[in-house]
Amino acid sequence: MSDLLNVSSGPHVRSKYTTSKIMGLVLLALLPATGYGIYHFGAGAALIVVISVATCVLTELVYELIMKQKVTVKDLSAAVTGLLLALNMPPTAAWWLPVIGGIFAIIFVKMLFGGLGQNFMNPALGGRCFLVICFAARMTDFNYDGMTQATPLALLRAGEAVNLKDMVFGNIAGTIGETSVIAIVIGACILLAFGIIDLRIPASYIITLIVFMGLFSGRGFDPYYLLAQLSGGGLMLGAFFMATDYATCPITDTGKIVYGICLGIMTGIFRCFGSSAEGVSFAIIFCNLLVPLIEEYTLPKCFGKGGEA
Amino acid sequence: MSGLTFKGGVHPYEGKELSKDKPILRFMPQGDMVFPLSQHIGAPAKPVVKKGDRVLYGQMIAEAGGFVSANIYSSVSGTVKSIGKHRVATGDMVESIIIENDGLYEAAEGLPIKDINDMTKQDVIDAVKLAGIVGMGGAGFPTHVKLSPKDPDKIYYCIVNCSECEPYLTSDYRRMLEEPDKLVAGLKIILCLFDHAEGILAVEDNKPECIRNLKELTENEKRITVKTLKTKYPQGAERQLIYATTRRAVNSSMLPADAGCIVNNVDTVVSIYHAIIEKRPLTERIVTVTGDAIREPQNYLVPIGSNVRQLIETSGGFKTTPEKVISGGPMMGFAMFDLDVPIIKTSSAITCFTRDEVAQYEPSACINCGRCADVCPGRVIPARLASYAENGNEEKFLKYNGMECCECGCCSYVCPAKRQLTQSIKTMRKLLLAKKKK
Repeated sequence: MSDLLNVSSGPHVRSKYTTSKIMGLVLLALLPATGYGIYHFGAGAALIVVISVATCVLTELVYELIMKQKVTVKDLSAAVTGLLLALNMPPTAAWWLPVIGGIFAIIFVKMLFGGLGQNFMNPALGGRCFLVICFAARMTDFNYDGMTQATPLALLRAGEAVNLKDMVFGNIAGTIGETSVIAIVIGACILLAFGIIDLRIPASYIITLIVFMGLFSGRGFDPYYLLAQLSGGGLMLGAFFMATDYATCPITDTGKIVYGICLGIMTGIFRCFGSSAEGVSFAIIFCNLLVPLIEEYTLPKCFGKGGEA
Repeated sequence: MSGLTFKGGVHPYEGKELSKDKPILRFMPQGDMVFPLSQHIGAPAKPVVKKGDRVLYGQMIAEAGGFVSANIYSSVSGTVKSIGKHRVATGDMVESIIIENDGLYEAAEGLPIKDINDMTKQDVIDAVKLAGIVGMGGAGFPTHVKLSPKDPDKIYYCIVNCSECEPYLTSDYRRMLEEPDKLVAGLKIILCLFDHAEGILAVEDNKPECIRNLKELTENEKRITVKTLKTKYPQGAERQLIYATTRRAVNSSMLPADAGCIVNNVDTVVSIYHAIIEKRPLTERIVTVTGDAIREPQNYLVPIGSNVRQLIETSGGFKTTPEKVISGGPMMGFAMFDLDVPIIKTSSAITCFTRDEVAQYEPSACINCGRCADVCPGRVIPARLASYAENGNEEKFLKYNGMECCECGCCSYVCPAKRQLTQSIKTMRKLLLAKKKK
C-alpha cells in the first residue's frame, strides 16, 4: 500500500561511483609503485607498508569508537593515507616510525579537523613532515645495496653525475614508493583513465618546475639535468598522487592550475635555494595552506554570465 | 555530425527501451476524475461549475484566475460531485473539482475560435489562452504568457524542445513519431506570431527516426530547421537548450525572450495545433507509464484528471512491489507516497522503481572531488552551495551564484559521497526567492 512508497527530493537515481570505489582505485593505482618498492628494497619495505596501512586504519577506527562517531574506515581513505605514508618512508625505517607517523597523520591532521574532506593538509604528507622534523636522521637515511647512499638529487646538487636511466626505472636509493618513475606513471595513467584526477595539477606543477629550475638553478635548460630533477625527489609521486588529493587541492578548474604553478615555484625555491635537495613534501603542505585563498580568487563564471564554453 | 551541446551534464541510464516502441494507446478512465485548480504556475483557476452540475466533455469547468493562470476543461462528461481539497502528485492538498465520469463522453461544442485564415496575432494568443494551454514539459507556465513577450519583433528563435533528455520518458518521442505533422503545423502557428523568428526543432541524437521524419516534413519549410543535439541530460533544460541551438546564454534573471528565444515542449505545440485547427481545449496528454516495477510499460493518451492508480493497473499493474513511484522522470520528477492522485497537464510520466537508489546509499562527508562542479550546467560549485545552504549562510550562497542553479539534479546524481546537494540548494533557493517576493 501507499505507506510502503519512498519519498525523497529528486533526482531519484545515483551514479555508481562512491567514495570507497574512488579510494579503491587510488589504492589500485598505487600498486605498481608499491610493488616495485617491495621488489626493489625487499621484505623490510613490505613490513613498513603493512604497519603503516594498519596503523592508519586502526587509528581512525579507534578514534571513531572512542569519540562515538560513525565508523568510516570502510571508505578506504585511511588505507590510502597509510599507503602514501609508507611510500614516503625510507625502506630501512624502524617499525615504530610509520606507527608514530600514521597516528599523527590520522588524528592530528585528519580527524581533529573533522575527518575526511575537512583536513586542510594532506594527512600522509603531514605525517611524513612531522617525522622528518622529529627524526631527521632516521628519515633521510637511505640505505641501499648494503650501504647508506645519498639520493640522486643530493648527488646532483653536490655536482656529481647521476644515471638517468636508473632514476627512470627506479634503480636508486630513495623512499619506498618514489624511486621508479615508470611504476608511478603507470599508476597515474590508471587515475587518469578512470577520471579520478585530471592533468591540470600535475601538468602545471611539472611545467612550472621545469621553467623555474631552468631559470634559477644555474644549469640552464639542460635536458639531462631537468629530467633528473623531474625523476628524483618524489616529484612524480607528489605531482600525481599527493598534490591531487581532493580535500587539499582547489575545487575550481583555474584554481587547480594556479595551485600547480604555486607548487612548481615552491618546489623550485626549496631545491635551488633551500637546504634540502628534494622539497616536494614541504612544497605540497605549504601550498595546501594557500588553497582557500586560491579558491576565493578563482571562482568560475557561471552560465549566462560569461562562463559558457 | 556530432550534436550540439553545452558544458557539463550527465549520462544516467536512459531506460527508454522499456516503452519507446509502444504505440500510444487511449486510456479510458472510470469513476471520479479530479481536476486540481492549480495545474500551472500562477494564480489558481476559479471554478465556474458547482456541485451537482452536469458537465460535458470539453466544457470549461474553471476559468483563469488572472493573466498568469489557465482555464481548465473537463475531459469527460458527468456530474460535479464536489469541490474541495484533493491530494496531488507533489503531496500537497490542492483545491480541486471532482467529477463523476458517466463514461458517455458527451461532447460540448468546440471552442469559439475563428478560422485560422481570419485570425489576427492577438486572436491566436487569445485562442491559446482560451484552450487552457500550459507548458506540458513539467513547469506548467501558461503558454499564452510565453507567446506575449514585450517585443514580438525581437523574437528570433522559436524552439521546440524535442530533446526529451529525462531518462525513461518516451511520451514526446511517440508523439513525434506518430504525429509529426501536427508538431510542424503547431510550430507554424507559433511562427505566425513572430515575423522575424526562425523555427527550430531540437532533437537529441538518440532519436534518429524522429530527426529523419521531421527533416523530411520540413524540407520545404524555409523558416524551420531540425537541429540535432548530443544525447545528454539536461539537454532539454531551457537555458541549456537555448545555448546548444543558438549559442545565446540566458541567466537566472533573464527570460528566454530577453535572448530572443521562445521555447515550447512537444506536447504543448501539439496542443496549440489542437486548439487552433481542431478547436479542442487541452483535456488530454501523453503519459509514459514505465519503470522496472511495471508489468507492461506503455505510452497512453490520458484524459487529464485520471487516477494514477487506475492508469498503473491498466498497464498490467506492478510486476514487483515498487519502492518508489515518481510522477515524471527520475531526474526531476516528484516521488509520490499516494497513488490516488490525478494526472494533470504537466504529468509526463509515471515511473515505478523496484529499488530506490536514493535510500540505498547513505550520504557521507564531501571529499571535495569536484565532480559536481564538472557536471553542473550552471557552472557553479554545488558542493560549496550545498554547505552554505545547510549552514544558512545566505550571503555566501548568493556570492557563489546559488540563484543560477537550475535544479537539474546532475550534482546529486554524480556525487560519490551521495550528498543531497540538489535538495539543499533547492531549499535555500526557495527561501531566498520567497524573501525576495516580500
